[in-house]
Amino acid sequence: MGLYTITLPDIGEGIAEAELTEWNVAVGDAVEEDDVLGTVMTDKAAVEVPSTVSGKVVWLCGEPGDTVAVGGKFIQLEVEGAGNDSATPAAKTASDGAGQRKSGADAAPTANTEPDKASTSDTPPEPATSETPAPAPVSAPPARGGAPRQPLAKGEKPLASPAVRRRAQDAGIDLRLVGGSGPAGRILHEDLDAYIEHGPAVARGGGRMPLTGTREVKVLGMRRKIAEKMAQSWSHIPHITIVEEIDMEAVEALRGQLNAAHGEARGKLTVLPFLMRAIVTAVRDHPEMNAHFDDDAGRITQSDAVHVGIATQTPAGLTVPVVRHAEAQSLWESAAELKRLAEAARSGKAAREELSGSTITITSLGPLGAIATTPIINHPEVAIVGVNKMSVRPVWDGQAFQPRKTMNLSCSFDHRVIDGWDAAVFVQTLKRLIEAPALMFVEE
Amino acid sequence: MSDLTCKLLILGAGPGGYICGIRAGQLGIDAIVVDEQKPGGTCLNVGCIPSKALIHAAEEFHKATQFAGASTLGISVANPTIDLAQTVSWKDGIVSRLNAGVAGLLKKAGTRLITGRATFLDGKTVKVTTDDSAVEIRAETVVIATGSSPVELPFLPFDHRSGGKVISSSEALALTEVPERLAIVGAGYIGLEIGIAFAKLGAKVAIVEAEGHILPQYDTALTRPVLKTLHALGVEVHVNTKAKGLGAQGLEIETGDGTVQDLPADKILVTVGRRPNSDSANIAGLGLATDGPFLRVNDRCQTSMTGVHAIGDVTGEPMLAHRAMAQGEMVAEIVAGQPRRWDKRCIPAVCFTDPEIVTCGLSPEEARATGAEITTGQFPFTANGRAMSMEAEEGFVRVVARKADGLVLGLQAVGTGVSELSAAFAVAIEMGARIEDIGGVIHAHPTQSEGLQEAALAAMGHALHI
Repeated sequence: MGLYTITLPDIGEGIAEAELTEWNVAVGDAVEEDDVLGTVMTDKAAVEVPSTVSGKVVWLCGEPGDTVAVGGKFIQLEVEGAGNDSATPAAKTASDGAGQRKSGADAAPTANTEPDKASTSDTPPEPATSETPAPAPVSAPPARGGAPRQPLAKGEKPLASPAVRRRAQDAGIDLRLVGGSGPAGRILHEDLDAYIEHGPAVARGGGRMPLTGTREVKVLGMRRKIAEKMAQSWSHIPHITIVEEIDMEAVEALRGQLNAAHGEARGKLTVLPFLMRAIVTAVRDHPEMNAHFDDDAGRITQSDAVHVGIATQTPAGLTVPVVRHAEAQSLWESAAELKRLAEAARSGKAAREELSGSTITITSLGPLGAIATTPIINHPEVAIVGVNKMSVRPVWDGQAFQPRKTMNLSCSFDHRVIDGWDAAVFVQTLKRLIEAPALMFVEE
Repeated sequence: MSDLTCKLLILGAGPGGYICGIRAGQLGIDAIVVDEQKPGGTCLNVGCIPSKALIHAAEEFHKATQFAGASTLGISVANPTIDLAQTVSWKDGIVSRLNAGVAGLLKKAGTRLITGRATFLDGKTVKVTTDDSAVEIRAETVVIATGSSPVELPFLPFDHRSGGKVISSSEALALTEVPERLAIVGAGYIGLEIGIAFAKLGAKVAIVEAEGHILPQYDTALTRPVLKTLHALGVEVHVNTKAKGLGAQGLEIETGDGTVQDLPADKILVTVGRRPNSDSANIAGLGLATDGPFLRVNDRCQTSMTGVHAIGDVTGEPMLAHRAMAQGEMVAEIVAGQPRRWDKRCIPAVCFTDPEIVTCGLSPEEARATGAEITTGQFPFTANGRAMSMEAEEGFVRVVARKADGLVLGLQAVGTGVSELSAAFAVAIEMGARIEDIGGVIHAHPTQSEGLQEAALAAMGHALHI
């Protein structure tokens, strides 16, 4: 048997490190070639790391949340034959994998080959015979009266005498919630008394139970990336947000006619392809809106191509797939591409290139879209168009209120490089195009 | 046909069923227990009690025969004989007294006992037929406690009618003559208990086991003393050997290397396990969820049908009378509206071989398999005064404890009379004792129980008598 080390492969994007978000295997598991070992997160996407060999897992580089360097030791397997690593198996497992945190390849597992005497979980059980030395003296019991208890292992029952268990059952108390102050954490009658007297209101009967629990959720993977990106956008970019009401009657009528005429044959049109078309048309006159601002270099890069990012909610969190070259697509092509990308993003199958490179972004909460929102710009872009909920509202036509389908747009701009005036003009252009949709399709 | 109604109907008057009936009666529940046989079930009629009676008689006879020759104790007797028919009659007397005892306990609790064959009409209605009448019983809640039966091998079917050659444990316990040559298929605890008893009664016993060693569910440290006794009694033990069917002289067997031979036998006892009676009484017609052949129950012994509970052997392993009793008691309390659920830490198990084996909780191997770091302590009876004075030096007591805090996870013993240690073992584990607790309790001297304290002290590193 030999030892085989798999390093974190180069996963593109020119990155030097990635965040470990999930292990699919544990120490002791047998894996086959091509089995997924774990998942790492780049700036854009989750990438699964497959096994290049078959063997048994003997070492993991860390735990979810740790950062692993590209090329750094990722996992060690025990394999048939010689393997590729002459070192002894690393003694440490994921439970103590901080050695590689932020240090990547520098913290090679061989550095940890000396078993950590203090770490009982890593020490193999000693042969159990009558010659086995006595266990270490048991530490003093914790304070009496419902002291916090060690979490029970899976399937482990609370330690209590049958009489205590019966009393707890009669009182409807889950003994897993009661701290045991007896030897080895045994729950005593006194512990139960204390729980009944001071614990949650179950024993007092009636009333609402005050809840005191808290849960800590580690911000990992996609959520961490979203958090970093939002913080970067918000702290770097002074936002200016303009909310404008748009009359949707004309575009809705057109949309209805097109859907009725072509139906499912060409794919159903939503409002978004029209909005994309309006943006494509508007940025011809306002190229400063379709741009990236590199504030380090002090340079704005305006783009001829209109790559529209579509902020999309996925089970893992907010992601932004990109409809590339919207300027070259028909309404239906845009609609089809939108649909495809949204599904890919939601199922986690979007490629990295499909999640990067946008030049302007649309964000829509669909039917939850509220009256107004304050969209955060997708750094390093300079503008974002937020779509609010469409509804029928009374509109004064000069003589009477008319029921009109209206929708607000909430658009944010990078105030460092876009003045309020220009922003307002851009929003007015969008309004004009959507309210008279024929203008979007007029070739100049 | 007359109709009856009740709150609780229990099918089966075995240890699970009758305990459920007694406890229900104590709690004021209108309950009926139905069984075709006399109350007590397999345990009392053809299982635990009669086998222990036979084992006791065999042991006494064996002692007498030991004294017929040179005896280290200075005792001599002349030419002992045994009249097995008389022994069986004595055994039947004990069974009858207990049958009457169970019926009396049910009556005292106010629970009705009806003798007859039950068949489910629906989940709450049962038809009970006797030879000359039938009654339909409708209940709010039903408990299935129909027990288990010996597994029959298709190529060695039991021949109940002719009192034939191939018998189950039930017939073995009713034999009125000691067979000259007894072949036993299956070296589990039932086969070995009966086999050792008949060997002591003078039969030439051969045991055939397909697995690699006897009592496959125990570790070899525990079974080694039993194997020694088998050899001393002249019992042939064929492991890694399969029974093939009836041979010209007895039992045809195939050994591990493929050799087929005919094992001479006057009787062939088949003890290859027990199967739940989950297809009797039209239980299958209820369509209850199952786990293999067993009825699936939750920790309140509820089946997949509302108001239908199941307890005992019909619900799975371990098929032990005391498990069924505990379930029966629990279900009666649940029916009475008490908030009960199964929360036991251990179920002790005893093997009444010579010497006896008792286990409770986790074996060292099982404890390690949970991922726990363990420590063990073992004390041999060779170092125990009481064992020496009883010529019972074979065996040991072993404790398995969690290394971190000394919590006792398991206790095992093998030795003469160690079945009585089962109470101490179960109490220790159920109370959540640590090895220091057991080590700190005064154990009476001179008793074999001292072995328990010494094993705990051994696990702490300072056994005193070794």
